[in-house]
Amino acid sequence: MTDFRIKQHPILRIPEADEITFYWQGQELVAQKGETIASALFAHGIRVFGHHPRDHSPQGLFCANGQCSQCMVLANGKPLKSCMELVEQNMHVAPMEGLPELPRVDQVPGMKPVQEIEVPVLIIGGGPSGLSAGIELGKRGVRALLVDDKHRLGGKLVLQTHRFFGSTNAVYAGTRGIDIATRLEEDLRQYSSVDIWTRSTCLAVFSDQKVGILKQGDEYVLVKPQILLVASGAREKFLAFKGNTLPGVFGAGAFQTLVNRDLVKPAEKLFIVGGGNVGLIAGYHALQAGIGVVGLAEALPECGGYKVHKDKLTRMGVPIYTSHTVLSANGRDKVGSITIAKVDSNFKPIPGTEKSFECDSVLVAVGLDPVNEFYLKAIDFGLTAFVAGDAEEIAEASAAIFSGKIRGVEIARALGLATDEIPRSWYRTSEILKSRPGRTVSEELPEVTAGVLPIIHCTQEIPCNPCSSLCPHGLIYVDTKDIRQIPSFLGNSYCCEACERCVAGCPGLAITLVDSRGNPTMPIVSIPYEFTREEIRKSDMVTVLDTEGTALAELEVLSVHAISNIDRTLVVQVQAPHEIANRIAGIRVQEPAVTQPLDQYIDHIADDMIVCRCERVTAGELRELIQRGYRDMNEIKIVTRAGMGACGSKTCNAIIHRLFKEEGIANEEITEGTKRPVFVEVALGTFAGETEQE
Amino acid sequence: MTATNIPHYDAIIIGSGSTGTPAAFSMAQAGLKVLVLDQCSSVGQESNKKAIGGIRATHSDPAKIRLCLRSIEIFSTWKETYGDDIEWYKGGYAFPAYREREEKILKDLLVTQKSYGLNIDWLNKDQMLAVAPDLNTENLLGGTFSPEDGSASPLLAAHAFFRQALKRGAEFRFNEPVEEILLRGGRIAGVRTRHGTYCADVVVNAAGAWANPIGKMVGLDLPVRPDSHEAAITEPVAHFLDPMIVDIRPAPGSANYYFYQHLTGQIIFCITPSPNKWGFDERETSEFLPMVSQRMIEIMPRLKNIRVRRTWRGLYPMTPDGAPLIGWANEVPGFLLAAGLCGQGFMMGPSIGELLTRMVTGQMVPEDQETLAIVSPYRKFAGQEKLQ
Repeated sequence: MTDFRIKQHPILRIPEADEITFYWQGQELVAQKGETIASALFAHGIRVFGHHPRDHSPQGLFCANGQCSQCMVLANGKPLKSCMELVEQNMHVAPMEGLPELPRVDQVPGMKPVQEIEVPVLIIGGGPSGLSAGIELGKRGVRALLVDDKHRLGGKLVLQTHRFFGSTNAVYAGTRGIDIATRLEEDLRQYSSVDIWTRSTCLAVFSDQKVGILKQGDEYVLVKPQILLVASGAREKFLAFKGNTLPGVFGAGAFQTLVNRDLVKPAEKLFIVGGGNVGLIAGYHALQAGIGVVGLAEALPECGGYKVHKDKLTRMGVPIYTSHTVLSANGRDKVGSITIAKVDSNFKPIPGTEKSFECDSVLVAVGLDPVNEFYLKAIDFGLTAFVAGDAEEIAEASAAIFSGKIRGVEIARALGLATDEIPRSWYRTSEILKSRPGRTVSEELPEVTAGVLPIIHCTQEIPCNPCSSLCPHGLIYVDTKDIRQIPSFLGNSYCCEACERCVAGCPGLAITLVDSRGNPTMPIVSIPYEFTREEIRKSDMVTVLDTEGTALAELEVLSVHAISNIDRTLVVQVQAPHEIANRIAGIRVQEPAVTQPLDQYIDHIADDMIVCRCERVTAGELRELIQRGYRDMNEIKIVTRAGMGACGSKTCNAIIHRLFKEEGIANEEITEGTKRPVFVEVALGTFAGETEQE
Repeated sequence: MTATNIPHYDAIIIGSGSTGTPAAFSMAQAGLKVLVLDQCSSVGQESNKKAIGGIRATHSDPAKIRLCLRSIEIFSTWKETYGDDIEWYKGGYAFPAYREREEKILKDLLVTQKSYGLNIDWLNKDQMLAVAPDLNTENLLGGTFSPEDGSASPLLAAHAFFRQALKRGAEFRFNEPVEEILLRGGRIAGVRTRHGTYCADVVVNAAGAWANPIGKMVGLDLPVRPDSHEAAITEPVAHFLDPMIVDIRPAPGSANYYFYQHLTGQIIFCITPSPNKWGFDERETSEFLPMVSQRMIEIMPRLKNIRVRRTWRGLYPMTPDGAPLIGWANEVPGFLLAAGLCGQGFMMGPSIGELLTRMVTGQMVPEDQETLAIVSPYRKFAGQEKLQ
């Protein structure tokens, strides 16, 4: 059977894992100890986990985050979310076909009263903001409990293999997300006043100000905090298009989870929808994992993510289709191709502009929404609550780290357990880190006729400053008061000693070095490179490209080397004609053949544009109700069941709002759906305090 | 708006819930010009959608029995008559007994219930296990079972009544709480909302938990006050349970509780808190899930693995004796009460709707007088109902 595990990676270490055996539909398979059932199945190329009881449509992994319920399987007879549960030795896993049979039970199990505990601070979420808040509380000796639903702390940081942007002083900029997660966790664990529960999901905030927690997956506990900090992050928005629930259509988080956390390849050829930072970075991660990226479609005329991320992807050889939308994901049981089209200024597809591409996966990255329901409930119920990170406002992880830090101190102060003033500059830094990309200037490339010069291909105002601390002579300048400023090189071509630290250390891979000391007509260009060394060697021929991805020349590689103290980014040197040397910004990684459209576009007829994935409700059904005058989300739910499913409208709510908007209905006219507990489905036995867990 | 173009209706119904909506359907069917006013933005958004969907005729009071027998006829034939699927399922109601005390209560009731011609019987332990095989067998003595009872979706049913009422010309105005009930010479003249004034000869108080504040608008202090119960629904699983299981044993913190498997495969359950939780508070409590889960698993251990999907809390508009208040208000001619359904509005609503229609059109049948005597708002509230 084909093995879909990632065997080498430029950034991630491939750990030695113990192998265990499990069964899929009776067939014996090998899994790695400590991985989820979903990842174990993906490692064997199994993508269809069952069929929906309503219309028999194939179901598979979608969010990989325990939020939706598309990945349900039967494990030893019990229905469970394969993305959240670890595979076990000799586990019998079967697809979910129709409704599951409830296992027979003869004996009343032992049951005990639910444990109730009181704690000064409860933090929901162990991602960047929750960990940072916990650290500040720990520093001040404040007793706190941090709960997180995953096996590992760090939230989405553990999926981020790239170097972070932001401020070097404030938030570990220049360090990779995965390493920031480790650092924050180690930092937090040294404080004994902070208790940490992993695999512990918050289920509800109740009106008596108690918070229901599913502790370590099997025990229900009620926690009564004096102060609640909601640091529960974000959920991905989704998009209505035909074939959008075919196995192979993922959220970006799911894709990154499989590739970067579990080292499993969910795709050979990927198409990305959405040109924000999440989509752009996920594309880069895919390439690093050896996955072909066929293209990226963005509905707006410009990508919303950082330009350096976009440029990076373009230079690797990924075409970016701006002003394009996805029409359909095509295939019978899983994705086989995608059809996109150009859109007009009203985002309507323009007939005749359709294009199809062969791909086996579609990654949807069309923005995030705060997971803030616990905060809203707490405020409603009079429980003192704070909110940090994406749960408060969607921004970069660097901003989440910083807002968590501020909340930590604020909470300690609110409890009267800290007296230190919060510097006003912290709030300013927090605002800067949250800021969206600013002005883009045209690229000014200095001529290098003699000596050495770094060429900074960074032309957009973004909050980022690692380059300024990399130059041993302090020659790269970014205003410390406002790190959104575009960096500038302060010296002339005789100041730089060509140490290449800025080349290897820029998180955007946006600095090159042109060294004309040896041969002014054929200077040496140093280019950052984050792929495995085996893929490129001395004397190989490579295609060099400018910032926009235009091929400039085929050149021979002079050297591939690492820079001391700069983690894992390599520097590739080529010798280039003087005329193009300063324009070179990258090396093509992906062959153009991967990105070729099919000769004919694939017209997808079936009306399977699904809005509510749990209950299989189509956009057509919902649009018709809206056109007939339905304005109450609760009534729409009654008529269609949209939002009645396992996920509790976490996915469809935003899309229904979008449909309202497309139909020209103002927000004030819409009655919101009622939000009810519980956050995820939990067995009755757990609420009953069952003591004899099988 | 001038006096001449104020719209006039035969009846205005306050509340598009379990009672008001079928009443509108029934009145429109009878050719009456009806307006329904509701404070929410769509049909059935207060207590109707919080009902769990049980429908039984096996009560202990002849009025309720008569009303519910007719309701069952309406629910069970709705799909073939009108086409809308309201997820009716005839699974019966089972009241298992585990102690002599409950056995006696149930057997005593059986006498009355059988005297009204209800299809209900005492089952011994084995017969009871044949009906509900997953019941805890330990100490099970048997129980009563009524095979004609069943369940339907309150949400779908209310919506079906609503659509069919619309088709027959009934008007519904949402987001329009009634601000004033207008009288002329002491008689009902209409109502006023913040959007306008509507004239009518009859105003029906079908405001559920809000029946008392609506009554106060015409100087009546109706003995209706809300009491809250919490309920929940699980994930769907393959069909394994036919009847509604009602356990009437009291336990610390709760009186009875009940659950059934809906046609969709989901288990829906609800518990009666003890003491009652009076008031309009519908916010979720932390004690509900642990309390109800332990009780349900004790009576049916198989339920321990089913996963809870969602919980909610709804209001039971209670009267002192657990029977509804239906009838004309003597003090205010034209004011018709259909209130205090005590958490049974969903199952009684359709037949009450028909009864109200007959009262408004003056086409009452002889049994109606008997029914109305029992549910009269002017009765003495002496006894407590034996089986609530």
